[in-house]
Amino acid sequence: MLKNEDRIFTNIYGNNSWNLTSARRRGNWDSTDILVKKGRDWIINEMKASGLRGRGGAGFPTGLKWSFMPKEVSDRPHYLVVNADESEPGTCKDREILRNEPHQFIEGCLLASFAMNAHACYVYVRGEYIHERIVLQNAINEAYEAGLLGKNASNSGWDFDIYVHHGAGAYICGEETALLESLEGKKGMPRLKPPFPANCGLYGCPTTVNNVESISVAPEILRRGASWFSSLGKTNNTGTKLFCISGHVNNPCNIEEEMGVPLRDLIEKHAGGVRGGWDNLLAVIPGGSSVPCLPASQCQDLSMDFDSLKELKSGLGTAAVIVMDKSTDIIAAIARLSYFYKHESCGQCTPCREGTGWMWRVMERFVSGKAEKSEIDLLLEVSTQVEGHTICALGDAAAWPIQGLIRHFRHVIEERIDNQVS
Amino acid sequence: MNVRRIDLTSNDSFLFTKVNKDSANKEIAKYPEGRQASAIIAILWIAQKQNNGWLSESAISHVSDFLVMQKIRVLEIATFYSMFNLSPVGKYHIQLCGTTPCMLCGAESLKKVLNKEIGVVGSLTKDKLLSWVEVECLGACCNAPMVQINDYYYEDLDEVSFKKIIKDLKSGKEIKTGSYKGRLTSEPSKDPIVLLDDEIEKINIKRIKPGLK
Repeated sequence: MLKNEDRIFTNIYGNNSWNLTSARRRGNWDSTDILVKKGRDWIINEMKASGLRGRGGAGFPTGLKWSFMPKEVSDRPHYLVVNADESEPGTCKDREILRNEPHQFIEGCLLASFAMNAHACYVYVRGEYIHERIVLQNAINEAYEAGLLGKNASNSGWDFDIYVHHGAGAYICGEETALLESLEGKKGMPRLKPPFPANCGLYGCPTTVNNVESISVAPEILRRGASWFSSLGKTNNTGTKLFCISGHVNNPCNIEEEMGVPLRDLIEKHAGGVRGGWDNLLAVIPGGSSVPCLPASQCQDLSMDFDSLKELKSGLGTAAVIVMDKSTDIIAAIARLSYFYKHESCGQCTPCREGTGWMWRVMERFVSGKAEKSEIDLLLEVSTQVEGHTICALGDAAAWPIQGLIRHFRHVIEERIDNQVS
Repeated sequence: MNVRRIDLTSNDSFLFTKVNKDSANKEIAKYPEGRQASAIIAILWIAQKQNNGWLSESAISHVSDFLVMQKIRVLEIATFYSMFNLSPVGKYHIQLCGTTPCMLCGAESLKKVLNKEIGVVGSLTKDKLLSWVEVECLGACCNAPMVQINDYYYEDLDEVSFKKIIKDLKSGKEIKTGSYKGRLTSEPSKDPIVLLDDEIEKINIKRIKPGLK
């Protein structure tokens, strides 16, 4: 189990206040100017050496992403945009950072912005997080008053402003280019890539979009050293991660653990175990609604990291573990996700706009059993026609849960159809 | 995608109050010169708040004048984002999270309460006090099942606690936000093994910080 001194988020449950005085006692804003004065290259190299992979779902190396920004500022200013549009079902970690650890996050914004020559940062908070947005704004105001932000922020010689922007309920705005569109005051419809945001992002300027958690861990990585961070977890899957454990467990909770922690430890040590005991486990969705589910038989020795889960044709995603016990109607659980994707499709690409609705309607018939067995393969076929044929990954995300269901629980669907016929 | 249409039956008129105009201007000031369109979501949100929780056509027209944007662009935004209500809602607008993590933990039983107390999904009570809709994941999955009532989250609910909330709303009592199982936020409700109260401030002292050398 991760030792307390290795935890980055010590106030994730809000036991202490979010305010500056309390945050300083926890080690936030500790000599930020020294870190800045070490220079851009040092920061980016440390981030690369730490092996941090983006915490927003895709797992792209954060240091590498930062290095894609142009080295020199031309006539277009650089921007850091933080994705706090947390809406992936099962995921509720960024919310806790925003309301309980805002200073850790704000300090990360300063360091990241400095590393990529940005004087301004926009934080896109999901519209529903009203309380969280207020706390964040209050923390930002506090930081301005203390001279940590603004002109010569934290006495580092760097001028830095941070603005809170909010959405209004659209899952798709968590996709980075849709988020930029939304930030520019348009419908959140993803852009074709290339050009990538690092060349042409917000207002056509070089932009990097990072997840809240990726940004928030940066100050501690820089202070405590890349080698400390990379000594935790596994090769290529280093460091600590916030896991959100929800569903049929006795004590659902957020918990920071090492990457590669066994799923069983997460559930039994931290979340009080599966309701009715481990043997009552039916399936787990290991990384938020977009990744395929895994049956209990694969959960026994499951290591929670990007690469191990990929081998099982699932994914770590946002590390949101949704636990389902044997009382679950797994078809209905996945059908509800299909409805979610149907509801959240932005409507730009035909395979997704039409496909998500089509897949949901078939899934609903599977729930009641009023279907033909041949439709299982038909649904699988359609899901592969949606997957990979859209501008953004929402089409893929709609297809994968269904593919996971058919891969592991085809017999359940077949049984239900049989029972309906007889 | 979902079909979303504006209620055109009301013939109200809408103008920002002085206070709201100021806050709307503050939103515009966040963005570079000439990029005032970026503030549209925030400004529509302010308009919705002023207009009793929903956006009427006149509110949308006013925002389009205010931002000097074509009305169709504002309409696009209002219909695209699900937090903009396009027909009247109650004084207390309840948004029930129905997505899988909440569904697994009993969102269905909360739905029954709402069906009984308010009516089918989308209903508004005659006294205009309560209305409810089902929404997609609100991002509080470790505190499922939960609802959002106006600006706040009400978490770790069950049928009994939720009935009590509705009853209190009806009788004008104040209701407590956050967890209804006595949790602070999203910590394990029983037997936490990490980050105990007395440990937290001591953790920083034990850390080694080579990066500051």
